[in-house]
Amino acid sequence: MRPTLYKNARLLDPATRLDAKGAVLVRDGRVAEVGPGVFVDAIQDDVEVIDCGGRCLAPGLVDMRVQTREPGEEHMETMVSLQAAAVAGGVTTLATLPNTNPIIDDVSLLEFVERLAQEVGMVNVHPYAAATKGLKGEQMTEMGMLAESGAVGFTDGVKAIADAVVMRRLLSYASMVGRPVIQHPEEPSLAREGCANEGETATRLGLAGIPACAEVMMIERDLSLVRLTRGRYHAAHVSTAAAIDAIRRAKAEGLAVTCDTAPHYFALNELAIVDYRTFARVSPPLRSEADRRAVAAGLADGTIDAIASDHAPQDQDSKRVPFAQAEPGVVGLETLLAISLGLVHDGTMALLDVIERLTTGPSRILGLEAGRLAVGAWADLVLFEPERAVRIDASRFRSKSKNSPFDGKPAQGRVWRTVYRGRTVFDLDSEPGDPRARREPAHA
Amino acid sequence: MTSAIAPGAAPDRSDGSRYPYRHLLGIEGLSRSDIDFLLDRADGFVDQNRQADKKSTTLRGRTLINLFFENSTRTRTSFELAGKRLGGDVINMSVSTSSIKKGETLIDTAMTLNAMHPDALVVRHSESGAVHLLAEKVNCSVINAGDGSHEHPTQALLDALAIRRRKGRLEGLEVAICGDVSHSRVARSNIHLLSIMGARVRVVAPPTLLPSGIERFGVEVHHDMERGLAGCDIVMMLRLQTERMKGSYVPSIREYFRYYGLDHEKLRAAKPDALIMHPGPMNRGVEIDSVVADDIDRSLIREQVEMGVAVRMAVLEALVTRQTEPWAKNQ
Repeated sequence: MRPTLYKNARLLDPATRLDAKGAVLVRDGRVAEVGPGVFVDAIQDDVEVIDCGGRCLAPGLVDMRVQTREPGEEHMETMVSLQAAAVAGGVTTLATLPNTNPIIDDVSLLEFVERLAQEVGMVNVHPYAAATKGLKGEQMTEMGMLAESGAVGFTDGVKAIADAVVMRRLLSYASMVGRPVIQHPEEPSLAREGCANEGETATRLGLAGIPACAEVMMIERDLSLVRLTRGRYHAAHVSTAAAIDAIRRAKAEGLAVTCDTAPHYFALNELAIVDYRTFARVSPPLRSEADRRAVAAGLADGTIDAIASDHAPQDQDSKRVPFAQAEPGVVGLETLLAISLGLVHDGTMALLDVIERLTTGPSRILGLEAGRLAVGAWADLVLFEPERAVRIDASRFRSKSKNSPFDGKPAQGRVWRTVYRGRTVFDLDSEPGDPRARREPAHA
Repeated sequence: MTSAIAPGAAPDRSDGSRYPYRHLLGIEGLSRSDIDFLLDRADGFVDQNRQADKKSTTLRGRTLINLFFENSTRTRTSFELAGKRLGGDVINMSVSTSSIKKGETLIDTAMTLNAMHPDALVVRHSESGAVHLLAEKVNCSVINAGDGSHEHPTQALLDALAIRRRKGRLEGLEVAICGDVSHSRVARSNIHLLSIMGARVRVVAPPTLLPSGIERFGVEVHHDMERGLAGCDIVMMLRLQTERMKGSYVPSIREYFRYYGLDHEKLRAAKPDALIMHPGPMNRGVEIDSVVADDIDRSLIREQVEMGVAVRMAVLEALVTRQTEPWAKNQ
């Protein structure tokens, strides 16, 4: 492969707090040089030069919570469509949940997913393994061997690990293998019948509610267990002010606790479900405006370590049903960056900090190398334009599922090119169809 | 919030001379003049229904389909009579809930019926929002005959008509809605309608049967029946909906009747001329004592049923005849 020089870029590297004009030289798939002063004799060295036109060049995004539907439900998403969606969203590293069919609770299945992912080979895929056999919340999986085979963490996916004894042992045992236990923090008995955030909106719609405290209850319990076990704990998709406060206090106390949130928890509130919009049915449910603000504030002050898309493909049959019967979840890979950049545009966070929550933040939690613009690191890059106006159009998603609550909504931020190990895996200019039409916002 | 009248809210305004929407999915979102218009029309139909010849030809050639995913006798019969008395053709379809668990079947059913070109679909479903979903998929008018715990607009209208005919007004009345508010679509529709019309509403129930945020509906909340009924003009009892309850909300029927069952003792707190209402079917001895329910001076319960037919005639007429106006065709 010819070396490639990405010049005239605004370099963003949260790991070194670099935010400056400069260039990146990629040789043999790795970053050879990076910084304001990269001088290359393009002709002599046979370097391909790409003019970034002043756009932002950042490490490829790391999405630590993605549901794949292969194996088992390929009509909703395959590994191919998943990776295509990821690179269209500027994501080059994924961590996938084990809630496929069959469930990834065994070394052979884990290795199957890894091989499947490598065959597609457009992004890094790091599977989580099930924390308990069959996600039943009872018997722990072979965590040692799974970790050795590449499991980056243990989780029961979209189910809470409800039994306190099981959680205690998981935290203890996982600390030995140095992997986090990732919890879906929701007290299941409080959430059993609910499908919306408890309160006025749910009551008006006649929907059974889940109280916001269901989240903090589970997190507080788990934090007590972390104190007991000194385990590594990660709370997924936190959505309430109380939960974020609890984690803030635990961090101050020095516990090995991290958490992430998803874009819909800081970009939408419970009013998005009015008119029974099942695309806004997520688990945990969209919360009150006060909670939404608390999530944004938690991201800004660093209590929330990462933004993950919580990508959950669902087909039409799972969503075109009465609200309470609809499957929860949204597809998020292709809107992850644009919706997250909303935090920059509304003045909540600095651009570099948002990129940090999308790169080194999740990378650190999972102990990955990805998410840096360091010399010698794999050249996983995203070239994007943070101010560019777009109108989100789900029909253009690469994902096989189109369940996005942001469909039709305006946003700012466009991915121009995604590079995985030096290879361009997404290029807006060479997309099929009329590239001009793609580049311009649909509404003009 | 626009949920009650969407989807397909008509662009024209409420001016009291017509019902301006294509569907009737809920009371929330309607205006005072919309409600007055429907009640005034219904008043006329009450007289028609008391004549020997009850039939008119307003809906001649129109097809109405009663699509009931949940068991119902009185509402379905009421809509059927309403349609027939207006001269329309009425088909009843009862789909047992057990065979319709999957939502795609709901849409499939809707599309199938839609292909037969009905002029109105009257729908009842056990899930909140199911009627909304259906309304998005069909070309005809959709009337919500009760969806989950969301709304039951024609029940609220008939209750309002019954009250208005007895008390001469709605504005300024004190109405106590008692019982299982949490699971009740009747309660929600009534709270919306009575509030829009200027009545003052209190809800009386044990905390476990009150939905979260109910005080945001502008109602007064009571847990004590006698205090809740003090000085009220109307006592509206709700059915304890044991079929919607998963788990235990009250300790026992005995205890529930003790504290929340309406008997003459508790009724003493209300105004001497207070009227008693119940949407039916009644659980005698659970939320209401038989003696009170059958008290012809005070119980409006049978009148409510009579008003039901009239109100549904008014609604059908308003929705279906409106479609003949050419500008309304494409909405």
